[in-house]
Amino acid sequence: MNRKPLVGSANLPILVTLGLFIAMFALGSIAFRNFFSVQNFLNLFINEAYLLILAVGMTFVIISGGIDLSVGSMLGFFTMLLASLVEKSHMSPVLAIPLVLLVGTVMGFLMGYLIHEFKIPPFIVTLAGLYLARGLCYVVSIDTIAFKNKFFLAIASARIPVFWDSFLSVGAIIAIVVVLAGLFVARSTKYGRTVYAIGGNEQSAVLMGLPVARTKMAIYAVSGFCSALAGIVFTFFTLSGYALDGKGMELDTIATVVIGGTLLTGGVGNILGTMLGVLVYGTIQVLIVFQGTLNAWWTRIVIGFLVFVFVLMQRIFESARAARGAKQHPPQAPAVKAVSTAKGT
Amino acid sequence: MTARQRLSQSRILWSLVALACLLLFNLFFTPHFFRIEIREGHLYGNLIDILKNGAPIMLLAIGMTLVIATRGIDISVGSVVAISAGAVAVLLGGDLAGNPKYPIVVAMGAALLISTAAGMWNGMLVSRIGMQPIIATLILFVAGRGIAMVFTNAMVIWLYVKPFAILGQGYLFGLPFSIYIVLFMLIVTWLFTRRTSLGLFIEAVGINPKAARLSGINAKNILFWIYTFSGFCAGISGLIVCSTIMSADGNNAGNLFELDAILAVVLGGTSLNGGKFYLVGSMIGALIIQTLTTTIYAFGVPPEISQVVKALVVYAVCLMQSEEFRARVAGLFRRKAVAA
Repeated sequence: MNRKPLVGSANLPILVTLGLFIAMFALGSIAFRNFFSVQNFLNLFINEAYLLILAVGMTFVIISGGIDLSVGSMLGFFTMLLASLVEKSHMSPVLAIPLVLLVGTVMGFLMGYLIHEFKIPPFIVTLAGLYLARGLCYVVSIDTIAFKNKFFLAIASARIPVFWDSFLSVGAIIAIVVVLAGLFVARSTKYGRTVYAIGGNEQSAVLMGLPVARTKMAIYAVSGFCSALAGIVFTFFTLSGYALDGKGMELDTIATVVIGGTLLTGGVGNILGTMLGVLVYGTIQVLIVFQGTLNAWWTRIVIGFLVFVFVLMQRIFESARAARGAKQHPPQAPAVKAVSTAKGT
Repeated sequence: MTARQRLSQSRILWSLVALACLLLFNLFFTPHFFRIEIREGHLYGNLIDILKNGAPIMLLAIGMTLVIATRGIDISVGSVVAISAGAVAVLLGGDLAGNPKYPIVVAMGAALLISTAAGMWNGMLVSRIGMQPIIATLILFVAGRGIAMVFTNAMVIWLYVKPFAILGQGYLFGLPFSIYIVLFMLIVTWLFTRRTSLGLFIEAVGINPKAARLSGINAKNILFWIYTFSGFCAGISGLIVCSTIMSADGNNAGNLFELDAILAVVLGGTSLNGGKFYLVGSMIGALIIQTLTTTIYAFGVPPEISQVVKALVVYAVCLMQSEEFRARVAGLFRRKAVAA
């Protein structure tokens, strides 16, 4: 019964994000020539492909009420691992890519295992994961490794025509597939609903008989998988493995998820909103590039500010909802209590 | 049995044992680890270096202990260190003759004021707006480094103002000057939390904020000032970092300090779930980390790889603190005993 207004006010932040994106794109189109074009819009997907992939994994983590701070350095580690496998061990990318994805999934799963089995707070497990993965980068190699593999270079430079002379990269296609898969999983699968239930109230989810343990570990395994996939897509851009790749990217990812309307307290969120959040992020970067005189560090400051605004907005929605809920359903609380005492006796 | 239980439950004891083990390891495997020389009236040696290099983390750990005691976390401290270092460097200026742009006291005061304001920002977000501490401080964790880079115009500023070097490189009565700053802060914080009821209030907020509020504790104000204090500690730490290397690099100053500080607090026996806190334990924790780092350096392992070791130590410590893990290990032993 409480469900309806909850979903309604949860959709509002997404509309705000959509409005923000349209406003920023319009601002750019008015202020700068050559800004408004289909290709410039598609470039957002091309340039932020890895961020989009990370953000989809992170959305599930945050919906479940957790957090994953390790994604940035995990991405860095996987660029190094892939580069080292392909260029130093001369492994075919056809074998190396699935191997990297497997390692990512296992590392994510192990973090999920520590979080669920031993009740260690997610942020401390993944914060240690952040340092672990970054340190492992240097274990793989201290130096940058450049890609020379022909097959790999061919994938990286492939241009897939879409319409009106515009094109997408392989990375962007992968990112869009990940978004669609995320949408499907969140909306139409048992797993997706369990993630929402855990974020809403983990204890209730357990009492409902949902597979909480399995799902929680799977969430972090999926996030690890996404980090690995994002790392692979990232190497399509840089064509190298570099130990500092993805430094600080964990906040960018969390920021885009928050801007997309996912509640940090868990239980509420939408993959579509996350995609809009990434597009807003990409537009800010393009605007700063077009503007030309601002230091690139301003992106960081603007993103920090946007996160602040959106979290503030969430708090206001939450307290408004709490106030409305208290007004609408005052007699419900004792009824629930009666049920629970009946169960107890 | 009870004496043994009390001993095994004493959190500080465990961190002392860990430190002793590390030192013992060095006694056997690192040559000249314990040698202390007197040069130009100062003490020199690995042990003195550990104290000196550990000072910035020890300062952060003082603030972080109180934050964690309220069941919070402050991951912005590394960025605040960068802000403080950047601010003081910009205000002193990179004049080659060593003439400061503004008086040293003014520059230091301004840097501390800015860091304290950063702490207030965190405190406001946590206490007034009610954000989760990790998210509230995450904002400054990233934006802070951007602010530091904008301060220094994304350049490394080198300082030549001689008197400023005392803070991080000077000696007093044969010991590094920074150690006295740490001692002063530690004693003041200890007196405020242990000789007044403030410490009790902090623990109450950490154990159960609602109950604390109902029993008349102004939890909001306590949270606000604790985060402010953490920002202040990070500010002092930033001054020492800047003075030690006589330069400010917005990108690298205070990098990874947040994990070291959290690790120091956790090693010192304060639980991440809030509640009881151990200031002296945190200091021992910081010394353990610094000894570990020095040991890793002494063995010629690249410093970047030391992150792997630290991360593994964090996992080990978290597992030891986890009741589920302890119960499982205890269960293993019990089963064995039954089988025997």
